[in-house]
Amino acid sequence: MDKFTTLTAIAAPLPEANIDTDKIIPARFLKTTKRTGLGVHAFDSMRYREDGSENPDFVLNREPYRNAQILIAHENFGCGSSREHAPWALLDFGLRCVIAPSFADIFFNNSFKNGILPIRLPREVCDTLMEDAAQGANSRLTVDLARQVVIRPDGTEVPFEVDPLRKHLLLEGLDDIGQTLQQEQSIAAFEAKRAKEEPWRTVIALD
Amino acid sequence: MSSQIGPPSGGPISATSPDATKRLFVPDNPDGRPDRPEASSAKPVRNRTAMSPRTLFDKIWDSHVVETLSDGTAILYIDRHLVHEVTSPQAFEGLRMAGRKLRHPEATIAVVDHNVPTSDRTQPIEEPESRNQIETLERNVKEFGVPYFPLLSANQGIVHVVGPEQGISLPGMTIVCGDSHTSTHGAMGSLAFGIGTSEVEHVMATQTILQKPAKNMKVEVEGALAPGVTAKDVVLAIIGKIGTAGGTGHVIEFCGSAIRGLDMAGRMTVCNMAIEAGARAGLVAPDDTTFEYVRGRRFAPKGDDFDAAVAYWRTLPSDEGAAYDTTVTMRAEEIEPSLTWGTSPENVLPIGGAVPDPADEADEAKRAQLERMLSYMDLKAGQKIAGTPVDVVFIGSCTNSRIEDLRAAAAIAAGRKVASGVRAMIVPGSGLVKAQAEQEGLDRVFLDAGFEWREAGCSMCLGMNPDKLTPGQRCASTSNRNFEGRQGPGGRTHLLSPAMAAAAAVTGVLTDVRELSALPV
Repeated sequence: MDKFTTLTAIAAPLPEANIDTDKIIPARFLKTTKRTGLGVHAFDSMRYREDGSENPDFVLNREPYRNAQILIAHENFGCGSSREHAPWALLDFGLRCVIAPSFADIFFNNSFKNGILPIRLPREVCDTLMEDAAQGANSRLTVDLARQVVIRPDGTEVPFEVDPLRKHLLLEGLDDIGQTLQQEQSIAAFEAKRAKEEPWRTVIALD
Repeated sequence: MSSQIGPPSGGPISATSPDATKRLFVPDNPDGRPDRPEASSAKPVRNRTAMSPRTLFDKIWDSHVVETLSDGTAILYIDRHLVHEVTSPQAFEGLRMAGRKLRHPEATIAVVDHNVPTSDRTQPIEEPESRNQIETLERNVKEFGVPYFPLLSANQGIVHVVGPEQGISLPGMTIVCGDSHTSTHGAMGSLAFGIGTSEVEHVMATQTILQKPAKNMKVEVEGALAPGVTAKDVVLAIIGKIGTAGGTGHVIEFCGSAIRGLDMAGRMTVCNMAIEAGARAGLVAPDDTTFEYVRGRRFAPKGDDFDAAVAYWRTLPSDEGAAYDTTVTMRAEEIEPSLTWGTSPENVLPIGGAVPDPADEADEAKRAQLERMLSYMDLKAGQKIAGTPVDVVFIGSCTNSRIEDLRAAAAIAAGRKVASGVRAMIVPGSGLVKAQAEQEGLDRVFLDAGFEWREAGCSMCLGMNPDKLTPGQRCASTSNRNFEGRQGPGGRTHLLSPAMAAAAAVTGVLTDVRELSALPV
């Protein structure tokens, strides 16, 4: 996973609520066995017309937002499926940060696991940042994860909250399996205790 | 600390050596800033004492905490891991790259469901990418020793139908799967939730997951359901009331006499769509209905073990006076046969209702979204939803493909014919459901009425296999999501119950099922 420290980038405004995971990446593109290559299908139904050509009205088809690394949206971003293909598609497109008033839980989780920082900010703050973003290429936002601030083009700082463990993993670019495996003894002790106290528990053994 | 309270028979391990704790990540203010409000406001940190009454969720959570990190994140033990072909390949690949194994393959079960065709299974799978995903799973389960129900097994089916019916999903367990509708298994009285592929890999390697406790939400439905009103109508009414973000950050416990009165299939339908209400999971307290359902199932405890398990399961229901962060109450009598009109599961109407007018919406962004929905769904503001013609009827999915669902649909289909020009499909949730339906003669009822009788799989729920809508087609569907393009690009979905779907099939239009008297099958 790539580290996330400080990002200064073009932000794309997408003023819609309930951007669901089928909008982010439709199910028919989930047939891959890889994590990469999904960027071309990100937001497929919004981004392309029925004949496959680009929809010029969609923000990520317009300059300078083709190069956006930050996306700003409305409430309940990422609702729907647990598919990690959603953050994979965003990442493959080039997005590293999504700012919205609220996120669906699983999408929120999945983002951190892939080096994407989801930031919850109140709706009116998101709307202000969208106005900044609408200014285009000369109006980049900076996201400083260590200091937990979004810096607006005029230098104003907007603080945000982030879970300390997730922040640490993002700043260092670490995955969490190795870390959990350090607790192997505790997991084994838990299992031993349960096996003793709840011997009725079954396993799945096929003939 | 919450993790130190456990049920009498199976408390968590709270004795951690100080050394072990030191190894845990503890970013104590790494940037030297004063304390920020993050931990307290973003995530609930509960301060229950050992004596406080606990909810069902609290009890399952507490009994599965292996460790609690200093920021409140728990290492939560996972009892069952359900695996399917779409969200697992990258996880297996991750294990392979790191030279890791599954910690407990015998706590894991794999099936193929999302990609599989629901037509003749003796033919090779035509679509090369689908075939590749299925073959990849088959290689992976062999390499990693994971129990697997292959495509041609009678046990194959939708992962959320297979788990309960095999006795793999049991009360009091923690159950995960790389699929958001894992919430279904909460009907067993287990804490079951969907995870992403990175977490799938984490569970495979460690049999645990990193999580903070959710908030407790109680949704209480009191009273008796009116004739023609089913579990699907109940959950649609709940989502219509609280919205698709209403349960965000919460685990919903469904309570009240109307929920207690549901059979297990109905409870699974309700918990299945907890995710559509934004919740991490749905739960129904285990009771005699649950225990009778579990008894005798393949992987359920047997004999004395079953009795010991039931004794433990009886300790799980929420204590009197347990606190919920959010409570919603509804009257069962007020719920009518319902369906969705738009492209979000919260766009719920009673069948007698009319499509809303965007002009009544004050918020500009919301108004624009409603207008887009009307245009996508090809509906007019103020239009009565009943009477809208449908092209396709889909009865299936992890929401509504169990034997009880098929019986409800058959009761409407019996002695009637699918309306001309309508394609109506019945897709049983598993090979076992299919076999039972055939034993009961339901297949004949459906075939005689002109329905297709298909093989088990996710089918038209999500447009990943050959069962798809074509652009512009309107579908009465018993599935769970009506997002744009969910059932195929340009497809239009109305979510409803199996009985309502059958009513639409035989009339050709969205219909109040109460206007059709159910004939004996």
